[in-house]
Amino acid sequence: MTTYETVIGLECHVELSTRTKMFCSCANEFGAEPNTLVCPICLGHPGTLPVPNERAVEHTITIGLALGSEIAPTSLFHRKNYFYPDMPKNYQISQYDLPLCVGGELDVEVDGETRRVGITRVHLEEDTGKTTHAGATGRIAGADYALEDYNRAGVPLVEVVSEPDLRSPGEARAYLQALRGLLRSLGVSDVKMEEGSLRCDANISVRPEGHEELGTKVEIKNMNSIRSVERALAFEAERQRAALGSGEALVQETRHWDEDRGATSSMRSKEEAFDYRYFPDPDLSPLEPEAERVERLRSELPELPAARRSRLETERGLPAAQVAQIVDHDWDGFLEEAVSEGADANAAANWMTGDLAALLNEAGIQLAESKVTPRHLADLVGLVAEGTISTAGAKQVLAEMFASGAEAAVVVEERGLAQISDESALGAIVDEVIAENPEPVEQFRGGKEGVIGFLVGQVMQRSKGAANPQEAQRLLRQRLAP
Amino acid sequence: MTELCDLAGHELAARLRSGEASALDAVESSLARIEATEPEVSAFLARSADDAREQARTIDERIAAGDDLPAVAGIPLALKDVLTTRGVTTTCGSRILETYVPPYDCTVWARLKEAGSMLVGKTNCDEFAMGSSNENSAFGPVHNPWDLTRVPGGSSGGSAAAVAAGQATWALGTDTGGSVRQPAALTGVVGMKPTYGRPSRYGLIAFASSLDTVSTFTRDVRDAATLLSAIVGHDPLDATSIQRPPEDYTDGLEGGVEGLRIGVLRDWLGEGVEPGVRARTEEAIGRLENLGAKIGEATLPHADYALSAYYLIAPAECSSNLARYDGVRYGHRAEGANVIEMMMRTRGEGFGDEVKRRIMLGTYALSAGYYEAYYGQAQKVRTLVLRDFEAAWEEFDLLLSPTSPTVAFPIGAKADDPLAMYLSDVYTIPANLAGTPAISVPCGLDDQGLPVGLQLMGRALDEATVLRAAHAFEQDLGFDARPPLLQELTS
Repeated sequence: MTTYETVIGLECHVELSTRTKMFCSCANEFGAEPNTLVCPICLGHPGTLPVPNERAVEHTITIGLALGSEIAPTSLFHRKNYFYPDMPKNYQISQYDLPLCVGGELDVEVDGETRRVGITRVHLEEDTGKTTHAGATGRIAGADYALEDYNRAGVPLVEVVSEPDLRSPGEARAYLQALRGLLRSLGVSDVKMEEGSLRCDANISVRPEGHEELGTKVEIKNMNSIRSVERALAFEAERQRAALGSGEALVQETRHWDEDRGATSSMRSKEEAFDYRYFPDPDLSPLEPEAERVERLRSELPELPAARRSRLETERGLPAAQVAQIVDHDWDGFLEEAVSEGADANAAANWMTGDLAALLNEAGIQLAESKVTPRHLADLVGLVAEGTISTAGAKQVLAEMFASGAEAAVVVEERGLAQISDESALGAIVDEVIAENPEPVEQFRGGKEGVIGFLVGQVMQRSKGAANPQEAQRLLRQRLAP
Repeated sequence: MTELCDLAGHELAARLRSGEASALDAVESSLARIEATEPEVSAFLARSADDAREQARTIDERIAAGDDLPAVAGIPLALKDVLTTRGVTTTCGSRILETYVPPYDCTVWARLKEAGSMLVGKTNCDEFAMGSSNENSAFGPVHNPWDLTRVPGGSSGGSAAAVAAGQATWALGTDTGGSVRQPAALTGVVGMKPTYGRPSRYGLIAFASSLDTVSTFTRDVRDAATLLSAIVGHDPLDATSIQRPPEDYTDGLEGGVEGLRIGVLRDWLGEGVEPGVRARTEEAIGRLENLGAKIGEATLPHADYALSAYYLIAPAECSSNLARYDGVRYGHRAEGANVIEMMMRTRGEGFGDEVKRRIMLGTYALSAGYYEAYYGQAQKVRTLVLRDFEAAWEEFDLLLSPTSPTVAFPIGAKADDPLAMYLSDVYTIPANLAGTPAISVPCGLDDQGLPVGLQLMGRALDEATVLRAAHAFEQDLGFDARPPLLQELTS
């Protein structure tokens, strides 16, 4: 049986977090009441003209520099013409054959190995508004009416196009995580897929292993999370393999990912593809960033994730997978601060990628937005290390710090979470447990080593979880020693 | 006795300052002339009498208080209905914007308003400025005050007729391929197109963005210099506006033409030019020579292709510019079973034939597989025309030609022949492709008593030389004929 290789390229759209929109002075914010962040320009009123947002141009150059792109000395805005009610002018100001950034690469961690993924281009354009089709289907065909929100219309949008260098849905996920981490570290975007500030379309084809020539390409749209990108690609790769395996021909087309059904379906074929009639926008002059400006932006680049990863691995000795998670989420600054507040790096990293990550995920917020500070974390790690609280107790302390921002010591005090390590207090409990469990005690003395766990458990129960389990075990062994 | 509305702007300004007349008198004079002539001329689509009167009272108070007012203060103005006016309907002569009230002022009107200009109304035009006769207006044609059976030219025909008929002292139009100079020639007034990018396009409802230029209609060249000075200068709202402060074009206006090198475009005086136009142009050349200009022969070798290039570039841009009229956000909205059908019907009902023709031409020219052959090729021609001009400036300071090959033609004469209509702009289009300043100044009447216009073109940003030569010519000619309509009215 033929084995097939999967070939994937991603087109990511990134909303820049500038103060104002791309071509007008409306605020660029997510979540406002519909049609409150609009003006004659972003509504496409007759006679209005676009004026480029210089900050958005700089952000795009910064992204290009971070990806190792060449910054084009001259690039053009083109008009992409097609009719859709969420596009106020019925054309989108975008870039075509002369993008702002050309080429580049992004290093991606896959299963502990680094893969270098080529970047084709990075260009700048404006976002569209948002259409809600009211009716049974939720799509334009069959809708009873449509509602338009133009708050997003004209928000600066950067498109990052990768080369078809990805070979599995897992690699695509890793690429997205790395890109998200990079963009976050540059401070140019919120990169929240759930809010649409990071969006992704995928091109995928399969070819018999060893073949040079690419297979028939399918574009997938409507994936709203990194997980759905991975799922959609896995579904589509399997669909294409199955089709080829059973001798069916694939068609070049655009397919729609249905998250609920977990399947893709055909949107339009190559023949039905739009003719966008691109031409240079006569309302805008060419973008010609001066060399000094590009150099200034280059000098202002922060340390990039790849460098940060290798530093954490070598200097802090953390495992690669954990480092990738920390750096992709832009948590390494927090970690370094916690360490400088006295935390052990390993322990702090474990808390961050474990319980703290879970709390953030559950609350749907970023670390920077949470009430937990690096010093909080350092205190917590310290209390565990010196044996004042157990790991179980520490989980409770973290949850409370996360919820209220309280000091670790205060939570320990208020909830009585301090461990009983004191030999006299703990010794009394240990003696009681030995007295009340003659049978297990006999078994242990008879060489049944595993029973010690039961006895420690009894001590913990009796102390209502406050006992230091290591200390309890030590005392038990001491008293039961022959 | 000459009425206030028949004076040039600078004459009226002098009377306002001497106390012989008030701004309110000036407005009332214009409004009365509109009342008297509008039934025949049909130059206006909307009037703003109350706003004009209110502005006049403010100006009069400031004059009484001894304020030093800008030159345009207290002068009645008309604006072509493609220039947005906050709170005043702006239709572009189209059904699709019949009820559109802009939420903002275009930059040129904002500047004039600030300087005390008084808007009497919005003028009729070819739909979205596409046409050379004003017959493509959805709201009916404009009639030429010199002969009411004839067109005033276009697309800014309403502004031209309004100035020719004394309905407004001066007016703004837009010149994309000759839409100010050609109607100025056909109605016996001065039409001045400045360098592309010199006045802001913000609020100029786009036909062809790389060509559209706000331009002036005035009674004489001094007024053109004055009005133009008030509207030019960089605008942060227009990314294509030139980074250069305003200048006062009345400085040096009296400098004469002594020693100026004027190149006559001989090729443009041959076939296709009416005898009356040729005769007046030849006389004008003689007159300029007598005044001391050095006359030579010039050529723009690629100008023969300019018309074709224009009719690819302008429709291509318009096909995209006019896409926004879909009934979703403003303007006319048709009923439809779904949003796509609604958009299609809205555009089907809202646009007239010429607009549809150009949208289709432009859509085709930009289509995949045709782009290079049409739009790409047209852009190359545009570059060649620009180089022709640059070569001509090596030898000459100005280029001279008729503005239009014909005088005003009868309404309906070319309405069914788009190609014949397009040829009306054959001498004005090259200056648009090159973005260079050009003026049309009256140079007499033909033997039917219809006005002929002389075109002078200059280097980019050298409006001053264009105006200086036109002024010298105008003073020497002393053109003082008046449309028969006005002779009847005031006799």
